[in-house]
Amino acid sequence: MRYYDKLIFELSRPGRSAFSLPSEAGSFKPTSGSIWRETPLDLPEVSEPDVVRHYTNLSQMNFGVDTGFYPLGSCTMKYNPKINEEIVSQFNGIHPLQPASTTEGVKAVYDFMDKALAEITGMKHFTFLPCAGAHGELTGLMLIREYHMSRGDSARTKIIVPDSAHGTNPASAAVCGLDVVVVKSRPDGLVDVEDLKPLLGPDIAGIMMTNPNTLGLFERDIKEIAELVHGCGGLLYYDGANMNPLLGVVRPGDMGFDVMHLNLHKTFSTPHGGGGPGSGPVGVSERLVHLLDKPRVSGFHGNFGVILRACAYILSLGRENIKLAGRLSTLAANYIKESLKDSFKLPIESVCKHEFVFDGLREAGEVTTLDVAKRLLDYGFHAPTIYFPLLFHQALMIEPTETESLQTLDEFIDVMHTIAKEASATPDLLKTAPHNTPIGRPDETTAARQPVLKYSRQ
Amino acid sequence: MSRIIEGLLYSESHEWVKVEGDLAIIGVSDFAQAEMGDITYVDLPSEGDEVQAGEEFGALESVKASSELYCPVSGTVEAVNEDLESAPEKVNEDAYAAWIIKVRMSDPAELEALMDAAAYEQAIK
Amino acid sequence: MGTFAYFPHTEEDIRVMLERVGVASMDELYADVPAEFIHKGEYDLPSAKSEDEVRAWFESLSSKNIKLKVFAGGGAYDHYTPSVIPYITSRSEFLTAYTPYQCEISQGTLRYIFEWQTMICNLTGLDVANASMYDGPTAAAEAMRMCVACTRKRKTVVASSALLPNVLATLRTYARYSGINLVETWDVTEAVAEGTLDLAGVIVPSINRFGIIENHTGLAGLVHEMGGLLVEYCDPSALAVVKTPAEWGADIAVGDGQSLGIPLCYGGPYVGFMACRNEWMRKLPGRIVGQTADASGRRAFVLTLQAREQHIRREKATSNICSNESLMALWCTVYLSIMGPEGMRRLNGLCYELSHYLHDQLLATGKFTDPFEGRPFLKEFALQPQCDTARLQQVLLDAGFFGALGTEEGYVTFCATERRTREEIDALVKVVKEAEL
Repeated sequence: MRYYDKLIFELSRPGRSAFSLPSEAGSFKPTSGSIWRETPLDLPEVSEPDVVRHYTNLSQMNFGVDTGFYPLGSCTMKYNPKINEEIVSQFNGIHPLQPASTTEGVKAVYDFMDKALAEITGMKHFTFLPCAGAHGELTGLMLIREYHMSRGDSARTKIIVPDSAHGTNPASAAVCGLDVVVVKSRPDGLVDVEDLKPLLGPDIAGIMMTNPNTLGLFERDIKEIAELVHGCGGLLYYDGANMNPLLGVVRPGDMGFDVMHLNLHKTFSTPHGGGGPGSGPVGVSERLVHLLDKPRVSGFHGNFGVILRACAYILSLGRENIKLAGRLSTLAANYIKESLKDSFKLPIESVCKHEFVFDGLREAGEVTTLDVAKRLLDYGFHAPTIYFPLLFHQALMIEPTETESLQTLDEFIDVMHTIAKEASATPDLLKTAPHNTPIGRPDETTAARQPVLKYSRQ
Repeated sequence: MSRIIEGLLYSESHEWVKVEGDLAIIGVSDFAQAEMGDITYVDLPSEGDEVQAGEEFGALESVKASSELYCPVSGTVEAVNEDLESAPEKVNEDAYAAWIIKVRMSDPAELEALMDAAAYEQAIK
Repeated sequence: MGTFAYFPHTEEDIRVMLERVGVASMDELYADVPAEFIHKGEYDLPSAKSEDEVRAWFESLSSKNIKLKVFAGGGAYDHYTPSVIPYITSRSEFLTAYTPYQCEISQGTLRYIFEWQTMICNLTGLDVANASMYDGPTAAAEAMRMCVACTRKRKTVVASSALLPNVLATLRTYARYSGINLVETWDVTEAVAEGTLDLAGVIVPSINRFGIIENHTGLAGLVHEMGGLLVEYCDPSALAVVKTPAEWGADIAVGDGQSLGIPLCYGGPYVGFMACRNEWMRKLPGRIVGQTADASGRRAFVLTLQAREQHIRREKATSNICSNESLMALWCTVYLSIMGPEGMRRLNGLCYELSHYLHDQLLATGKFTDPFEGRPFLKEFALQPQCDTARLQQVLLDAGFFGALGTEEGYVTFCATERRTREEIDALVKVVKEAEL
């Protein structure tokens, strides 16, 4: 990667342009004042080659799944198949408000996906309106609230969330007007059923579970938890962020979950696009189906373009390969864990699912998890998720996915061992890493104290 | 070792209180600022806000963390330290000089629930 | 094994890995899962398809959709997509990256978000913009929540009934579950001026659902006097020529970036935008990119002000948003770079002229009246049909046109963007004129 220090505004020269419009254009001149814009519009004035070169240069300072291994825990950075991209343009010209008689092909895609996701998850039906995982969580919680309200059970305003949960869980609950009650994890990393029991009562709307949880551990008490929560009148929400290891193995619906979301941009291989677009369809069990269309959480029909890609993925895998996806991701994670646990602290000795968490180096000295992460960048790997979950101070969360070869896993393992040695021999090398990237560690404190959030011409 | 000042009162959530008559001057302890690291922003209440003992009145932010501030006493916010808006680092530089708010107390008896310096020293050991 | 394109494992690889882990089979890795939960038998899914079979599957479905000349808006506009954009956004380095948490290898993403934030600020006239929201309606819902957060204990938000139906529906949904008192009214000024509400904010459209450019003279002053914030819901393309949220005195601007060259694609992915005045920066939801420097002084960009966000503040965060629509923000950023100020003026000029031409020609058929005569519009407008709306819509569909969207008042709306030609407009008008309606 090469450092490139321009912003598109800095390429601007008055009078240049890159647009292509019919030449008939515009004697229309808005009169000033009243309802028309008065402030001059400051946008770049650049040529088409300027634009292409600028963004190509920007792209070359980026790391993606297509560049290299991306073991980012809880993010499921699997390979994004190219056929998925190709088919989308066939549907580009359809207006979202077109009548059903003109969109039968679209409807067939939604119907197929509803049926396929229901089959894969054991839920009854899905809504495709949510545009991301957190959006799905919010929608699912709205459905839980709606369910209780529709039964006149309006006192259920609390939701139980494990202390190991993704930050979006409590945040989504708060947006949905629910008070968060935290249930603790046991030393073995699983939800403490004894801590859960006294929390249950007539004010509990439900529980949000991630299974396997953010430590990559399967919540083996799920059956008892489901019985307890259902017993008190609550519902079970399944956070699908960690669905990948269960893909083709275990169905959340069979475990007793009433509502769940999937991250199509994780489990179903759609590209993450530097932070989106995603898609977070929400599935429900039989007893909530009648409420499924009630929360109107986005503008039209959800992120159809993303749903198309996920559909292509399911078709490509088919029933034969879908059974392998979860199993291979779990095998890869355990392989890395077993290969590295002599250099890194494994706080919970157990078979993991698609991901696992180290608590920093065994021989850390002054070296932190942040230093390890930054040094990995020098070796051409993306860093794992760091400092999450919050249960461990030096958390390093690794998720390899099923699309990485044994060679790649071995290269990563070798590099991690090398870094562990460097931590003892040359700790400064780690503390000042990365060295081979377009920029070094930036000053984040100044960025937050004196925010510069847009470009201003000098 | 974090500094603790004699003569101040301390809360379990690491706020300090300096009492001047029925006015409580409130900041965070040296221990709290050290735990936070470089403070990037102090979220302040407005003058005139009513506050309740044990309730949030603001927050400290660093790059990767945030910590709510809990009011040790009930009353009315009489002054806020606006210097901290542009210079949050003052809390890091001297947590006891960088007061955050002054509260006109409605129930000074609430002070009895707070710790003195010796008790606070034990609490953060 | 080893015969599926996305799984690189040979049988030998799997044997090596199982041996290292110390289990005999992959199924043994699930020994901690109660046996009753392991799915047995076959999934009821099609068997694996080859690339050509996948392609054919979608071709057969897409051929069942009817491609129409779009003369409708309603929150999704048929603007042209410069060919450069998909070329750039399909670059793997942008497409297959995650959220830019590791800034040293994400400067590409961080820089375009910084450019996007700048462009959104320049379009709206406001000080700060975030990295994107899901779409316009959810951005409006977040703005509603932000009004409540900024005014602390106030709970009432007034929304204009002239907002797009999907914006109002989304606002209602979010308000219902978060304890916000959402008041919908045709007369925002009157509702606010009464002064009886614990007013947190007011949401009005810059261009309303009948296509009319609204006049908000005096509104900001009134809203501020009552202690609330003013939110403008805008079409960002139109902001190149219509009065900006900042010029109206608004505190927050939101809207959908779709009109910045994003294909209709049956409603998504689009991208929401959100900007506000400096004063409210710390309450702005979503990711924000800021400029700083590395140790050697090189200009660098990072995610900043993260203490607002869910991964740090959990239930106290300004919003639950995590993933946004980053790639679509890139789409719009490239679009605005291509268009520049002159392109945006020309484009809006074309929309204005073509839509007014369509408007006048339709009125001339005698089959409509104009319920908003003399009110200014840019590309979309509403008419009162003097005939059966369903019949009108069907006649248009049969001729390959999508227009005459019905409103709950019984009007129909039409839209003409720069992609429509006078010949197409003449053809549509001819259909209307000659049909038995």
